[in-house]
Amino acid sequence: MNFRKQTYLWAVSALMLALTSCGNSANAGAEAQDASKSPALSNYFAPVAKPEAKPDADGFIRRWTLLEPIAKPNRSNTVFVDSYLRQAFVETEYFPGQFDVVPNDGDQVTVGEQTLTWHQFDSKLFNVKLFRFATGLEKERYGVLFWGVTVINCTEAIQNVKLAAGSNSASMWWLNGEEVLLLSGDRRMVMDDGMSAPLTLKKGKNILRVAVINGPGMSDFCVRFVDEQGNPVKNIQITNN
Amino acid sequence: MKRQNSILCLSMLAASFSTAAIAQIGAPFIHDPSTIVECDGKYYTYGTGGGGLISEDGWTWNGGAIRPGGGAAPDAMFLDGRYLVAYSATGGGLGGGHAGRILTMWNKTMDPNSPDFEYSEAIEVAHSEVDEDCDAIDAGLFLDPTTGRLWCCYGTYFGFIRIVELDRATGARKEGNKAVNIAIDCEATDIIYHNGWYYLLGTHGTCCDGANSTYNIVVGRSKSVTGPYLDNMGRDMVKGGGKMVIAAHNRVTGPGHFGRFIVDEGCEIMSCHFEADFDQGGRSVLGIRPLLWKNDWPVAGEKFQEGTYEIESERRGYALELAVDFVRMNGGMRGFFGRGNTQPMEPLKNQTLKEVIDTWPKGDIPARIGDYMFRPHQKWTITAAPDGSGYLGGPYYKIVIEGTNRALAAAENYQVITVPEFTGAPEQLWKIEQLIDGTFRLSPKAAPGVADGEQVILISAGDSTPALGKYDFNSDNSKWNFRNH
Repeated sequence: MNFRKQTYLWAVSALMLALTSCGNSANAGAEAQDASKSPALSNYFAPVAKPEAKPDADGFIRRWTLLEPIAKPNRSNTVFVDSYLRQAFVETEYFPGQFDVVPNDGDQVTVGEQTLTWHQFDSKLFNVKLFRFATGLEKERYGVLFWGVTVINCTEAIQNVKLAAGSNSASMWWLNGEEVLLLSGDRRMVMDDGMSAPLTLKKGKNILRVAVINGPGMSDFCVRFVDEQGNPVKNIQITNN
Repeated sequence: MKRQNSILCLSMLAASFSTAAIAQIGAPFIHDPSTIVECDGKYYTYGTGGGGLISEDGWTWNGGAIRPGGGAAPDAMFLDGRYLVAYSATGGGLGGGHAGRILTMWNKTMDPNSPDFEYSEAIEVAHSEVDEDCDAIDAGLFLDPTTGRLWCCYGTYFGFIRIVELDRATGARKEGNKAVNIAIDCEATDIIYHNGWYYLLGTHGTCCDGANSTYNIVVGRSKSVTGPYLDNMGRDMVKGGGKMVIAAHNRVTGPGHFGRFIVDEGCEIMSCHFEADFDQGGRSVLGIRPLLWKNDWPVAGEKFQEGTYEIESERRGYALELAVDFVRMNGGMRGFFGRGNTQPMEPLKNQTLKEVIDTWPKGDIPARIGDYMFRPHQKWTITAAPDGSGYLGGPYYKIVIEGTNRALAAAENYQVITVPEFTGAPEQLWKIEQLIDGTFRLSPKAAPGVADGEQVILISAGDSTPALGKYDFNSDNSKWNFRNH
């Protein structure tokens, strides 16, 4: 088993902590940046400061544990048809336990010749900018596959909710081990782009897992749960474990 | 009440006719066409990579327009007596560099053969660094009709779409102006204004993939030029929102790079490219469609489809017809008071042309408007005129009674008649333009006795009387519908 626990601190977290005074540059910094380097990770992500997080005002889930990008070269996103995605997301084992693990910050896995680390954070934006996650860690940004995990905690079961997600590019979503949504094709991220069938968030912990694949261009996702009226579900707590 | 159902009617008809919805004719091959501008009676549009198209009439397009600077997706506008062109000097693509530059330049004329044709030195109005959340390409110009202020939006899939203000006197960036993020995940954006709203139109989907391109144009709207631009579901375009304006249809795929051209009050067209026109070898071609407004949302109309129709007056709903004797069909009232109920129930046959044509005069016959009874004198076959002449977005049409060569024609003293044989004379050629409410106006190419420069259209002078008259978008007398019953 290549999945091994690590106890070291995420080095980048220190950098982020030092930069958390930066504003939300994605909207505030509309001017061209006078730098040839990628924007800092801290512009998009904050270290996890509290054990539990709430959805934002629109219900978007910002707390995630993300695995560094797996190399999956594709020169075009037009290959992301359903059959390709089932092979890439479901039938390919990248690391043992990929559909079960709830990783800790700093845990590592080996995928082929890559040793990849899980990182816990809160997105500063409604969307999780995977592209900036990769560039901020100086990892490959194009031709990659991302895995993400988060935990939805409910004090009571919540019935008849739908998972509402958008992704750039294709993605697959699992709730408590069950596939609930596939967004296929060369697509841009749109909030509420795809909806799951009605489902139940059980009392206690619910494991939400996503895989996003991208060739060229930026990649990101956004996700929330909505009720029968389409209103965001906000009476939940979000944790990493 | 403005009728919208003709939009649906035409959409259904489009599926039922075999005639291809051809794009412009000539050699209209272009990608990312700029908003069409008119200069000295000719039309111009510029595309990615430099150069562009010229048209004498708006229907036949060929190369020959000149734009230096290369790069991607320019835009153009007529402003204060001269022409402003914005373009990007770059265009790195999804996996390439993203250090972009937006530039503007002026020209007194778009005609490359004019002695006044000379572009000013291009000046940079916005830029992006190699790896920020924006790629400064795909410029779109917008003059706010409420304030007179000039704006430029730009950006592509790589990050945000931004807007900056320009100085309308110089085309330079307004001093001290800060860029504002107004959308994500769009390309080739453009802003327009309508009825109190600002509209941001952007291209979504997969670019540059020919017949497989999923490019489409979506829109959001705002009460402020700097946003937020929300779609019909209330989604902000910075969260990916957008309502469809035009997508693949009728053997063309990948509409992209919206441009608006106001022909007249209530008559607008939109330009775009189609990434693949299946009837032109899958090439990327200039597309022109009517621009309709439905509940204050823009939507592309359909290119007019050749076929046989009732021409229905929007004034009362009566039909344009020949002023001939109404020929009664055999039978009479059945099914009332037990009359005829004991006879076998056989379908009635439509009245045929052969049954009535000998009752018609052989010479000119006036046109009239009457109750539509799907009779031969009320069915009009409409086909593109054989001479290939046209106007902005379409060919002139020949309108004849189905099964005959008897043609609708403009006549002296603002009258409308039919002539026994179509000859191709200009008074027998009709411009058919879809208006923003989905109805149509019909204009003769020429009208005897009408002075040059006086524009006349087919109107309902009375419920039962057609004539030629002045166009008034606010009057249903000016509007017609095409129905296939």
